[in-house]
Amino acid sequence: MTLRSDIQARAAQLRVRFEAAGAQVVDTPLLQPAGTLLDLYGEDIRARAYVTTDALRGEQMLRPDFTVPVVEAHMRHGAEPARYTYSGEVFRRQEQDPDRPNEYLQVGYEVFERDDAAASDAEVFSLFALQVRGLPLRAAIGDMGILMAAVQGLNTTDKRKAALMRHIWRPRRFRALLDRFSGRVPVPESRKKLLETEGDLTGSAVELGKRRAAEVQARVEALREDAKAPPIAENELLALEALMAVRETVPFATEQMRDIAVDLPQINPALDRLDARTAAMKARGVDVENLDFEASYGRTSMEYYDGFVFGFYAEARPDLPPVASGGRYDALTRQLGDGEEIPAVGGVLRPDLMLLLEETGK
Amino acid sequence: MTLKLGVPSKGRLMEKTFDWFAKRNVTLTRTGSDREYAGAVEGVSNMELVLLSAGEIPRELAAGRIHLGVTGTDLVQEKLPRFEQQVEGLAEMGFGHADLILAVPQFWIDVDTLDDLDAAASAFRAEHGHRLRIATKYHRLVREFLTDAGVADYQLVDSQGATEGTVKNETAEMVADITSTGETLRANHLKLLSDGLVLKSQATLWRSRVAKYDGDEKAALNTLLDLLEHRK
Repeated sequence: MTLRSDIQARAAQLRVRFEAAGAQVVDTPLLQPAGTLLDLYGEDIRARAYVTTDALRGEQMLRPDFTVPVVEAHMRHGAEPARYTYSGEVFRRQEQDPDRPNEYLQVGYEVFERDDAAASDAEVFSLFALQVRGLPLRAAIGDMGILMAAVQGLNTTDKRKAALMRHIWRPRRFRALLDRFSGRVPVPESRKKLLETEGDLTGSAVELGKRRAAEVQARVEALREDAKAPPIAENELLALEALMAVRETVPFATEQMRDIAVDLPQINPALDRLDARTAAMKARGVDVENLDFEASYGRTSMEYYDGFVFGFYAEARPDLPPVASGGRYDALTRQLGDGEEIPAVGGVLRPDLMLLLEETGK
Repeated sequence: MTLKLGVPSKGRLMEKTFDWFAKRNVTLTRTGSDREYAGAVEGVSNMELVLLSAGEIPRELAAGRIHLGVTGTDLVQEKLPRFEQQVEGLAEMGFGHADLILAVPQFWIDVDTLDDLDAAASAFRAEHGHRLRIATKYHRLVREFLTDAGVADYQLVDSQGATEGTVKNETAEMVADITSTGETLRANHLKLLSDGLVLKSQATLWRSRVAKYDGDEKAALNTLLDLLEHRK
């Protein structure tokens, strides 16, 4: 059993190292306004975070992660560029697995910098790799930007692309949409019947509720438009599927994706960025030849990573969550920044898991 | 000690439970006045009747304060995470049928499936600046169902009663509620989603896996199980 005081001591040590790397210490309140988190993650967050209320401030959540409050603090009064570190408890509601802790320490490092995204990505990855050096971990990286570029460049309507982008972090719904937009699954009966009608629909049903008849009519129009659009072409679809399945070491993965880019040329700029990042990581001494790249990595985690993503896993302990993980979240700063935005990348470490692995390794 | 059986204290559910046990040669009766929550058991020795609100029965089973309890599948699954580990279903009792369903206004002719709902929710959020509200008291079941289906941009608002009225009152855009016939839905101008069945529920006799069973309690349980078996 790892002592809590040992975990805290390790967390403090890690934070000192991040400070030495140039980060400024930030602290955030344990209670976060629930509204921001709900807007961001939707109702799903309630299954993962503890919600409490009072009559004055309404719903509050026990901090489920640091990224959101750190971004908010930076957007309010941060200087540029900025590097932050923090250490503290996060809380995760557990409804399924009694063995997973509902409270644990995280130590993080976040970089807000405009100039050179590849350099910032490499800086964060190599700094985390250094902290976990010697532990029996497998590192994996990915890049949500490549998949997003592939979707945005599809030869189909903007509405379909927007629908796919909206569900890029929900692989099953994404799959269902792709199947529908490519005509692989039949149109549901109810939809067929609706599409056979014309003009304004004047049913006998009573209009009630805040969603108005005009909105219903607008969606019917949109569905009619969509029915006229041709399906996504087979070669694009196959290329997209091949892309999502890429799982190789970085050099081989890059090669495979350049081949796929023959059918999906829109991913070439994103692949150039991957090349630049790989070079920057190499320059920092990362063994990229043997580093795993997974194109679908990051699709099922918290939905804010939109570029580089990484994780360090205990291979012998598949039951454990990643010991370290992180990624780039440029869009999150836009969403929380009230018109402002800044490229940002960072990650978190789990000192408790590090100690656990060290003890069992002895 | 005695084997404790929890039964809903009110109305048809209690009467039907009494009938169900009577057919299996176990007589449950309410003792004292109508207002007094006490009962008696004949047919199985060392068994005790505890009258409780149906909503509290899952919790009492999970805490091991009662050994057996009669309540709906819906309430057990909503209130007990990993319910299979805490309780065992001994018998489906064939009454109290109710489905937990998703329903939207009838005039939403563009919404028939979860797929439609997801797209409508996205458009609704863009138009109104807040997520599409679903009134329910079954938060966990509905959330898990919608997460599984990949529906986004909705929010659950709590409604402990008269849920079908929330749409008209504009405190919610749609509902997730229990229905047995669908009549209340139709009366409130609502319709079912074709793939929106969250759960089929009926009154079920549950056994607590957590409660302690001493010699007398074990004997009483076996006597009861024999009687239930005999009937089948």
